[in-house]
Amino acid sequence: MIRSEILKEIAPILRDQLVVCNIGIPSQELHAIDDQPSNFYMLGTMGLASSIGLGLALAQPKTVISIDGDGSVLTNLGTLPTIGNNMPPNYILMIIDNGSYGSTGDQPTYTGKKTDLAAMARAAGCDDVVEVQDVDTGKALQAAIDSGKGTVMVVKCDSGNAKMPVITMDPVVIRDRFMKAVAS
Amino acid sequence: MNIDKKITNDLVANEVSFVTTVPCKQLAGVIEEVDKRDEIFHIPSNKEDEGMGLCAGAWMGGKRPAIIMQNTAIGVTINTLATLIQYYRMPLPMLISYRGELREPVACQVEMAVHTKALLAQMNVPTYHFHQQSDVEEFDAILKYTFMCNKPVAILTDANFWGGYGDQ
Ligand SMILES: Cc1ncc(C[n+]2csc(CCOP(=O)(O)OP(=O)(O)O)c2C)c(N)n1
Ligand SMILES: [Mg+2]
Repeated sequence: MIRSEILKEIAPILRDQLVVCNIGIPSQELHAIDDQPSNFYMLGTMGLASSIGLGLALAQPKTVISIDGDGSVLTNLGTLPTIGNNMPPNYILMIIDNGSYGSTGDQPTYTGKKTDLAAMARAAGCDDVVEVQDVDTGKALQAAIDSGKGTVMVVKCDSGNAKMPVITMDPVVIRDRFMKAVAS
Repeated sequence: MNIDKKITNDLVANEVSFVTTVPCKQLAGVIEEVDKRDEIFHIPSNKEDEGMGLCAGAWMGGKRPAIIMQNTAIGVTINTLATLIQYYRMPLPMLISYRGELREPVACQVEMAVHTKALLAQMNVPTYHFHQQSDVEEFDAILKYTFMCNKPVAILTDANFWGGYGDQ
């Protein structure tokens, strides 16, 4: 499965949660598949989805799911120790690990070679880390939500992108409606 | 009053309850003070752009954030300031040690000091420079201004403000 197929499958689960979504095609896909005010789309700032989601989960009690990418986590690796040492029970970091920089044309990342993000998360101090195959994402995500434990999910899937339109919504509109969903 | 305590009291009085830090020798006292206060959740970050991501999330979650960092970090955070904090219009007080100014013992610190104000000006970041200890009196008003206008705001604090570098 590729990222967009996973997002389609888990959209009914994501709909009821606060979601922080990674820059580029992941946000375009989620926006096209199931736009919700409770989705925070990153339009830039590669690497910070996991940090924004952690800050949000620490600041309020609702469950927060960050949909991140392998390339983005690799560019902000300092995030893993910060998460490992401050993990709140309401945070799920879901890394879509397609072994590539999908948005920029599927150039390979090191996670498709020797680098193991789940092992790195564990070594950084994250206690609940699960590595799952694409087809099991929905089940694993629901289990993570139900567990009430902060969880890092590494979802192994194929590289590839669906053709979706860019997001033209103004960033302040995205942010404002998201904050209203957070506060509601 | 001790300036570390005064700064921390102003943060608390302005309901800043989420503070991320990357240390500088000059900031050691204020970081210690922030860490001690029950009203503030202190979360050290590993890099300042990461810290700004945490602050963005905390603010959207209803908390007032702040970041405490060294001026060299301006070089680390330009993209994050432009594409996250400014683009989505978020408030962020940045208490910044201004290394590389008068009385600086480490030559390399001067290399980012000469770019610091130019970069902040280029980014249209409102910037205040604390040089005398009495300048700290404006900190409360700067915090109110930051959360009024929803912008990142820089408070540069130089060695003279912190009382020099001690014995080197
Ligand atoms: C600082 C910076 N460098 C490079 C880019 C270009 N860029 C945007 S998205 C992306 C790929 C992200 O890959 P990954 O996180 O694995 O997500 P995927 O698209 O594969 O799901 C890159 C390299 C950028 N936006 N910012
Ligand atoms: Mg990828």
